[in-house]
Amino acid sequence: MITFKLNGAAVSVDAPADMPLLWVVRDLLGLTGTKFGCGMALCGACTVHLDGEAVRSCTLPVGAVGARAVTTIEAVGSTVAGRKIQSAWVALDVVQCGYCQPGQVMSAAALLAAKPQPSDADIDLAMAGNICRCGTYNRIRAAIKHAAQEA
Amino acid sequence: MSCHPLPAEVPDALSRRAFLKLGVSVGAAVGGGLMLGFSLPVSGRGRDRVPAAMSVIAGDGIDTPQAGVFSPNAFIQIDADGIVTLLMPKVEMGQGIYTAIPMLIAEELEVALDAVLIAHAPPNEALFKDPLLASQMTGGSTSIRYAWEPMRRAGATARTLLVSAAAARWKVDPASCHAERGEVVHGASGRRLGYGKLAGAAAKLPAPVDVTLKDPRNFKLIGSRARRLDAPEKVAGSAVFGMDVQVPGMVYAAIVSCPVYGGSVLSVDERSARAIAGVRQVVRLDNAVAVIGDHTWAAKRGAAALRVEWNPGRGAAYSTAAMRQELRAAVQRSGGVARKDGDVVAAMRSAAQRVDAVYEQPLLAHATMEPINCTVSVTADGCDIWVGTQVPGRAVGIAAAATGLAPAKIRLHNHLLGGGFGRRLEVDFIGQAVKIGMQVPVPVKVFWTREQDIQNDMFRPYYYDTISAGLDAHGKPVAWQHRIAGSSIMARFAPPLYHNGVDPDAVEVAADLPYALPNQLIEFVRQEPMAVPTAFWRGVGPNRSTFVVESFIDELALQVKADPVRYRLDLLTHSPRSREVLQAVARMAKWGTPLPHGQGRGVSVMEAFGTFLALVVEVAVNPAGEVAVTNVFCAVDCGMVVNPDTVEAQIQGGVIFGITAALYGEITIENGRAQQSNFHDYRMLRINQSPPIAVHIVASAEAPGGIGEPGTAALAPALTNAIHAATGKRLRVLPVGAQLQTA
Repeated sequence: MITFKLNGAAVSVDAPADMPLLWVVRDLLGLTGTKFGCGMALCGACTVHLDGEAVRSCTLPVGAVGARAVTTIEAVGSTVAGRKIQSAWVALDVVQCGYCQPGQVMSAAALLAAKPQPSDADIDLAMAGNICRCGTYNRIRAAIKHAAQEA
Repeated sequence: MSCHPLPAEVPDALSRRAFLKLGVSVGAAVGGGLMLGFSLPVSGRGRDRVPAAMSVIAGDGIDTPQAGVFSPNAFIQIDADGIVTLLMPKVEMGQGIYTAIPMLIAEELEVALDAVLIAHAPPNEALFKDPLLASQMTGGSTSIRYAWEPMRRAGATARTLLVSAAAARWKVDPASCHAERGEVVHGASGRRLGYGKLAGAAAKLPAPVDVTLKDPRNFKLIGSRARRLDAPEKVAGSAVFGMDVQVPGMVYAAIVSCPVYGGSVLSVDERSARAIAGVRQVVRLDNAVAVIGDHTWAAKRGAAALRVEWNPGRGAAYSTAAMRQELRAAVQRSGGVARKDGDVVAAMRSAAQRVDAVYEQPLLAHATMEPINCTVSVTADGCDIWVGTQVPGRAVGIAAAATGLAPAKIRLHNHLLGGGFGRRLEVDFIGQAVKIGMQVPVPVKVFWTREQDIQNDMFRPYYYDTISAGLDAHGKPVAWQHRIAGSSIMARFAPPLYHNGVDPDAVEVAADLPYALPNQLIEFVRQEPMAVPTAFWRGVGPNRSTFVVESFIDELALQVKADPVRYRLDLLTHSPRSREVLQAVARMAKWGTPLPHGQGRGVSVMEAFGTFLALVVEVAVNPAGEVAVTNVFCAVDCGMVVNPDTVEAQIQGGVIFGITAALYGEITIENGRAQQSNFHDYRMLRINQSPPIAVHIVASAEAPGGIGEPGTAALAPALTNAIHAATGKRLRVLPVGAQLQTA
């Protein structure tokens, strides 16, 4: 059994240590908000937070999580930055098909938590790892700036 | 395929049982009402509520219609509590239709948009057929064109009956009552009754013979920005795509597919796969092997450990080079005539000068963000399918064929689509999943990895076009000859529509140019690739044709030293709406003002999908030959607009989709195998490469046009025209790729 901290609670799973965190949260724990997109950390659909830092769960073995706290899209709204990002995403109607958007929100929330007033260059750096096939990038950029202006 | 009716390949999949369960009536008769088991909320009724997932996974409802539910047509149900549930005849794949259709209904039904619940429609060709596509299908940018009138009529019918029910209860003239925000109001007395309290009585009334639709001047919702109803759950991670389906007892199937299309399994060594903890079973199909595991990871590891020998079949040595050779030979043949105006040969002979060009466009994968997946449960007396599909009826058809079950025994549970782009018009993967499910004793989720999703895609065809123009002494084209060689998707997808050797999709735009051209000959030569399956791809025929004609018209303008915008305007004498969008975009982009060295502007204009659209793209090309798109401007006339916010979003997204394809998009084949596999070698535009995209919507009272595809379809020529302006180099082969790079 592997025990780790997920969305504020300790969870134990019967999983091999090399099983990527993505499949642990999706298949074993039933949290399907975190998406599978590429399996190679190329698209960002699987982004979660480890102690607040955005990481790609599709290539992170669950055994490597250790003592760090995992936050997924289902709980990111309980953080200040996550709440701001999610409400900005709705206010500006960022989503289209929506499949990549949990990952986009997770990357943006980690950015906003680290840099409350991100520049365009900061946004490029933090968000370039997240592909949106629907092409919502103009609105993602606008929504991050919108969230940064929220008190 | 934007306006060609497709035959219904799949017979009406609706069983009497399902029909009764649905409890709705064809036409205007009032049904008994029912509760739909598959309806779950899309939008929260309270501001802070995170709504439940919007798809159900267990069963399709309650058998007996529930008394007191008002369901005057297939699209609307109102229960005794006043809860309004709208059944969507189109699927949501990002295009915003789950907001636009509720807007159309709510406009006439007089309910608040944020109070409605939304449900996916089950397969039912009789109830949900789109006449533009002759099928229950979502594609070809037809959804709003289809929905515009019938959805408003559905809302008006329901409202009329609710008003009648209230008037009867109050014993007043219905004309003295009106509906507003989910209530009927008697103006003189001030009496009000909510729709829920009227539902039971309204359900017993005969359908109105005719209803009056609002004058567009009185629209309250249509034409104003509405927030997407599906946004909250998509942002919260609770929206349920096919990939997210969880069925009790479900196992997972990873696929190892024959790397060559048309090949088959020779032998399988299962031992290593079976040794992996969590692997349960290995299932063989003709052209693939599935490893069944307790979770995705076990199945994936099992698939990686599997040793399969293949018979690659006749495609074993096939390549892009061979395909190009076939197309170059094919384009020498005369083809099916799509359009013939005047006498091209004589006009070409008498022309002052002649311009010829060859254009090539590559195979493209769809690469939806949600990889291909399908969950099935097959038992002796039925088959359940959980999937996101653009073609529910075809999905039932292939499952019925695979299982031998009657269509009535196939229960399809449709879901949100994590991108469609034409990929989910195909049911190859649904047939595969059902065949696997027939050999697995429990429900099974079949998923493709990204590598399989790209390499086993059904690709946008490779096209090879020759085009020639004869110009008169003033530089105007007097002869125009265009021959298109490529696969006919329509010949496979809807065979009756391929006739006289013409694929009506492939020649769209090419055979209906907005320009006034006196002598034209447009031909199609069908040349199927030996071992490459082909399919529709966002922008469909207009995408491929607009690249050729809007590049070539630019070449003609530059040949006679004319300004590309001016040259087009002079030829758009018969298309005032095209002229208007072209002039509008030229103003937006400050066309004609200087740009720094190494930068350039390009333009394109297109009429397709019932929409008129013009783009200006600005590029910067650095000394190394790398291209950056720095700005995009779009003016669009798509007729009357339902949700302007969605129009802007679809243009912006379509443009990004088009830039990705124009700069990077290319699948190549070697030894019968697709060479690209994931996002490192099948690249997508990323946020740091994305330009600002300004969209101007031209006000219009014309009928609505499609908006999901135009932005993509018109993008590539504006981009390559801009590259020419920046560098003097004309790119006639897509993608841009490394063609300009010096190192």
